[in-house]
Amino acid sequence: MKTPRFLLPAATAGVLAISLTACGGGGGGGTTGGGSDAEANLDSRGPITYVQGKDNSNVVRPLIEKWNAAHPDEKVTFKEQTDQADQQHDDLVQNFQAKNADYDVASVDVVWTAEFAAKGWLQPLKDKMAVETEGMLEPTIEAGSYKGTLYAAPVSSDGGILYYRKDLVPEAPKTWAEMMEMCSIAKQNNIGCYSGQFKQYEGLTVNASEAINSAGGSVLNDEGKPNLNTPEAEEGLNNLVEAFKNGNIPAEAITYQEEESRRAFQEGKLLFLRNWPYVYNLATTEGSSQVKDVLGMAALPGKDGPGASSLGGHSAAISVYSDHKATALDFVKFLVEEEQQKFFATQGSLAPVLGALYEDQELVSKLPYLPVLKTSIENAVPRPVTPFYPAVTQAIQENAYAALKGEKPAKDALADMQKSIESAGAGS
Amino acid sequence: MATELGPTPVKPASGTPEVHHGPKGVGEDNRILSQGKWASWLLAPTIVALGVVIVYPIISAIVMSFQKDAGLDPVTGLFTAGGPAGIQNYVNWLGQQCAAPGGGTVACPPGTLGGQFWTATGTTFLFTVITVAFETVLGFWMAMIMARTFKGRGLVRAAVLVPWAIPTAVTAQLWLFMFDFNGIINKLFNASILWTGSEWPAKWAVIIADTWKTTPFMALLILAGLQMIPAEVYEASKVDGASAWQRFRLITLPLVKPALMVAILFRTLDALRMFDLPYILTGGANNTTTLSILVINQIRQGFNSAAALSTITFLIIFLVAFIFVRFLGANVVEQSGATGKGKK
Repeated sequence: MKTPRFLLPAATAGVLAISLTACGGGGGGGTTGGGSDAEANLDSRGPITYVQGKDNSNVVRPLIEKWNAAHPDEKVTFKEQTDQADQQHDDLVQNFQAKNADYDVASVDVVWTAEFAAKGWLQPLKDKMAVETEGMLEPTIEAGSYKGTLYAAPVSSDGGILYYRKDLVPEAPKTWAEMMEMCSIAKQNNIGCYSGQFKQYEGLTVNASEAINSAGGSVLNDEGKPNLNTPEAEEGLNNLVEAFKNGNIPAEAITYQEEESRRAFQEGKLLFLRNWPYVYNLATTEGSSQVKDVLGMAALPGKDGPGASSLGGHSAAISVYSDHKATALDFVKFLVEEEQQKFFATQGSLAPVLGALYEDQELVSKLPYLPVLKTSIENAVPRPVTPFYPAVTQAIQENAYAALKGEKPAKDALADMQKSIESAGAGS
Repeated sequence: MATELGPTPVKPASGTPEVHHGPKGVGEDNRILSQGKWASWLLAPTIVALGVVIVYPIISAIVMSFQKDAGLDPVTGLFTAGGPAGIQNYVNWLGQQCAAPGGGTVACPPGTLGGQFWTATGTTFLFTVITVAFETVLGFWMAMIMARTFKGRGLVRAAVLVPWAIPTAVTAQLWLFMFDFNGIINKLFNASILWTGSEWPAKWAVIIADTWKTTPFMALLILAGLQMIPAEVYEASKVDGASAWQRFRLITLPLVKPALMVAILFRTLDALRMFDLPYILTGGANNTTTLSILVINQIRQGFNSAAALSTITFLIIFLVAFIFVRFLGANVVEQSGATGKGKK
């Protein structure tokens, strides 16, 4: 008699749990209803939400205020995420999976574009939804595209710069070989020669891809298949391996992320440093900086000319689940207009995607690294554009790290990278 | 025995006023029944809440773990649902098998997460055994000091708690600075060790940081156990002429054992799911990837195999807890029986 009465509420709970499982189940399935969602609400207007990581230098809010003043019926609300890239990525994934209509326009890191596009979450920016890309730097467009279609409009860009000591090196090296020759100068001055970021993390993918691309190799071929068993790729990775071996890259660089390498350079312990544009401001203004007056900047050295930088930056993408895509599109177009691009550069030190702005006198006087950065971005190669990016970067990091530590020859490391990436793509 | 006897004398007492009612005890039964019904409805929200936050995620994870990860349609370039996988995800993890380009599976090449399962398991257990051992010894020592009466005891107790109070992510960042090549630790010992850049230094870095952080927790739990021991026992043994070592071995140790075992169990389970410290210190490089790091990395590559991996991790931790409780329970019973006999 007692048991059924006691069981009833428990059973209710159980059924509820199971029914929840049913709707949440297959959360990772990634079933792509993209087709029909991508056709809906194209002409609809109304309030939208813009999602982006933490607005550290207060650029987004003023821009949104400006937009809202001009569009009282199509107001944009700012949804601010954390400043951790991984958390931003996971937040976007969860909301897209839940088909959340509140995530109308999202700021997407260049390395996520392919993944999100392949999941069918991003509105293809073509036909009615096209965004003008005339005047944008080519590699930024490439980074926003998947299978030849633009899915995310480039908003800001980023590229590697070679910082060097003007007092010790009269003229910046153009090629890797030239730079390695100049390492004797470092030795005479009892400092380390070159460093990038070689800890096992995303920065190592950036540095290893740069080495491979600069030597004429590539991580993926045009079909998105791994292409690492080539002499060019081997030469590229070997450049780094050799430099570690003969001490041109100091041994401690294996623990360096951006900040560690910047500090070493600022303390005068390095002759050359590969890093992002943000270093310029700190190295020239921080009181402790030893290189304030002798900071030189140049494009990354390549095989016989400028090297191929990895590309950073963010793009603006429209969710296929947005209810007001016409407004969303207008807002994306607004973000890439010259006026806003200029504001991004001056207020937030974000590199513009419009080539013309790199020659703008006002901007260049404020951000003297722009001409060098333009060369860097023009020669940049996006990090492997693939929906399996997390697996690809894991494969590159782990194997490149082993090679740099001398645990296996570059050739074997590349062969393992190749196999790992093939396996990731073979999934299911 | 006493509890069984309890209700019997009560029954006639409560039954007497109701003698004139027909069948004896029906009203009472009804009352119990309606009370039970009432109680079950009161409990329902809690059960629903537990179902939603505990049962649902577990069932959901298990259901997902039997699904294939989404694969790419080569023509459209879009992901398609993977479909049922049976136990393939589990087989892949345990056998370190990865998808092969032509279909089927091959042994996971270096650079895949699949190839790290057994090393990650080994690393997790290595960290657990070493850190828990260190923390127990140091924690015991700290607890013994804190249990004494001396001037400034409150201050010492508060100070000891500081490492435990700091969020682990902050601790990790702190130690990352200290283990930097140009950091304080290398400077202090005039060494040039690449703490986060080579295998054993990296492992020791994690172990040192974890020990520093969680020893206070251990110390507090043991201190609680120490304070349960009546002072008279010590006094009596002193009168009997027991040395300090004998007092420790024959009184403190056996009497603090139950609290100690619980503390060790807590720390072991905690250490088995270690994530923040190695993730921030080394990013999992140099064989410091623990199972939790592996799960998080896998979530970004495919939910369904991540679900399988987290189920495996759950089972491993559950098994350890089970063995521990059985071992612990048996031991405690045996211990109290033995001391009881000894006294008689």
